[in-house]
Amino acid sequence: MKIVVCIKQVPDTKGGVKFNPDGTLDRGAMLTIMNPDDKAGLEAALKLKDQFGAEVTVVTMGLPKAEEVLREAMAMGADKGILVTDRVLGGADTWATSTTIAGALRNLEYDLIITGRQAIDGDTAQVGPQISEHLNIPVISYAQNIKVEGDSVIVERQFEDRYHVVKAKMPCLITALSELNEPRYMTPGGIFDAYSKEITVWGRADLKDVDDSNLGLKGSPTKIAKASDKVRKGAGEKVNLDPDESVSYIVGKLKEKHVI
Amino acid sequence: MDFTLSKEHEMARALFKEFSEKEVKPLAQEVDETETFPRETVEKMAKLGFLGIPVPKEYGGQGCDPLTYVMCVEELSKVCGTTGVIVSAHTSLCCDPIMTYGTEEQKQKYLIPLAKGEKLGAFGLTEPGAGTDAQGQQTKAVLDGDEWVLNGSKCFITNGKEADVYVIFAITGTVEKRGRMQKEISAFIVEKGTPGFTFGTKEKKMGIRGSSTYELIFTDCRIPKDNLLGQQGKGFNIAMHTLDGGRIGIAAQALGLAEGALETTIAYVKERKQFGRTIGAFQNTQFQLADMATKVQAAQMLVYKAAMKKAEYASNPKVSYSVEAAMAKLYAAEVAMEVTTKAVQLHGGYGYIREYDVERMMRDAKITEIYEGTSEVQRMVISGALLK
Repeated sequence: MKIVVCIKQVPDTKGGVKFNPDGTLDRGAMLTIMNPDDKAGLEAALKLKDQFGAEVTVVTMGLPKAEEVLREAMAMGADKGILVTDRVLGGADTWATSTTIAGALRNLEYDLIITGRQAIDGDTAQVGPQISEHLNIPVISYAQNIKVEGDSVIVERQFEDRYHVVKAKMPCLITALSELNEPRYMTPGGIFDAYSKEITVWGRADLKDVDDSNLGLKGSPTKIAKASDKVRKGAGEKVNLDPDESVSYIVGKLKEKHVI
Repeated sequence: MDFTLSKEHEMARALFKEFSEKEVKPLAQEVDETETFPRETVEKMAKLGFLGIPVPKEYGGQGCDPLTYVMCVEELSKVCGTTGVIVSAHTSLCCDPIMTYGTEEQKQKYLIPLAKGEKLGAFGLTEPGAGTDAQGQQTKAVLDGDEWVLNGSKCFITNGKEADVYVIFAITGTVEKRGRMQKEISAFIVEKGTPGFTFGTKEKKMGIRGSSTYELIFTDCRIPKDNLLGQQGKGFNIAMHTLDGGRIGIAAQALGLAEGALETTIAYVKERKQFGRTIGAFQNTQFQLADMATKVQAAQMLVYKAAMKKAEYASNPKVSYSVEAAMAKLYAAEVAMEVTTKAVQLHGGYGYIREYDVERMMRDAKITEIYEGTSEVQRMVISGALLK
């Protein structure tokens, strides 16, 4: 069984956020982590590896520095890492990103593709399902539990106050929720092994069946009008009142601000 | 000369830090207060290979260098001195001598489960009458047929009752050296559960209160002849060489305690207000912190240098890291005591209260100036090499 996990290096929300003049994120200048939903997807793949001896390949698209997130995934237990990086791919929105990743995945054999539900930087939840459309395979999103039976996957798909149980034949794509599992730690030996392995680096020329007009900033239909860091709020106002007084106080404040 | 860590080491540090913050820190206060050995944490560390970091992969370890191991003890000790010493005693004092002096059979039987963390290790040299004076041993081992018979006791043994495998030193005879009769000391591997091997009292300590410190008692304890570790009569050398490595582990523990106290204090002085300003705004606080940080950094350099010297030894057994280890332990331990004491002072009254971590850190730091060779012993080792 061959599993491909798509992962993304995202800004660590504990650090500050920085922007390029064009409004896109300045990824080179920020502290980074593996996107939490992707990490859960990777853990799900590694569990299947433990269970069935699957081969797990991690793929990421980003700056050359995104290699770090591949090494981390390999230190957790992934077998191979592929970095898709090229200047012409920079500034991509979800459409250009999914086009790029699908172009890379066309070079690979896979039974299952796992992506995170969404990245904590863009929060769109679009890239996973878009990849499945490009590759013309079924998608099951919001997976909170994954089982493999024969040539099919049975997935609990989170849905408002309940979940759906969806079965699909492989090859297919699953988008994982961070609630899916508790990702394992790396191991010290795994880290040194990960750095001794080669990482495959692909550029624009290695992407299969993609058109330049769908790549990078130019191929992105999304146009950013303005982006800014969140405005720091003041310390606020603390009042100590009993419940009845509190209600009148809050209602008064809401009226004062014309909220009600 | 390159002072930057490799990417591998950076990532390993991030791993140890994340583990320490998530799994160790939340328990540190309770472990101290209730004197509970953190068994669950040890099991988690075993699963991740933290109990065999510098042991080669063929013997169940992680195959990493001493620096990686040192960073593990450092990060654990930043949040919990008890957890740091559990790993240090197990790795430096039990895995290391078996790795260095053990036969292939001993490595297969003992080192592999130790490195995998399936078993925990300890080391027994100290006796009621033999601390710094290791030659003052009373425990005896007599060969009787195919077995060694051990009689005597060991005290202040870290991982005491919790360990499964013990490296124990005992007198196996007397030898003439420079016209004087001297005790011949040998090293042995003893398993928990061996008839005649029992535990005495549990020590109640000032610090590292979750670590299990016990007296070990041997009464006609019979162990197989093959459990002699290294050559007969070479025990003293084995003990001293093992302690050279152990000192790097304790130096890392001391370093971690100092770093933990410094980080905690930096956060505190930014919050605590007196006279309408945070106490970090006062020059006294700033100067204290500057001195603390400078000393912590210097200690880190010495500890890392000792670890790197030990790595050199792995490829060239003629290399000695004894002086580097002594300097690292001496300095890091004294810095740990100084920095944790200043941290308590900067916390004011709150620093004296158990609820605040620096109170525990100061109590934990004191032992690093004492065990695995007191600061005075380290000065003897260093000056001995200078005046040779």
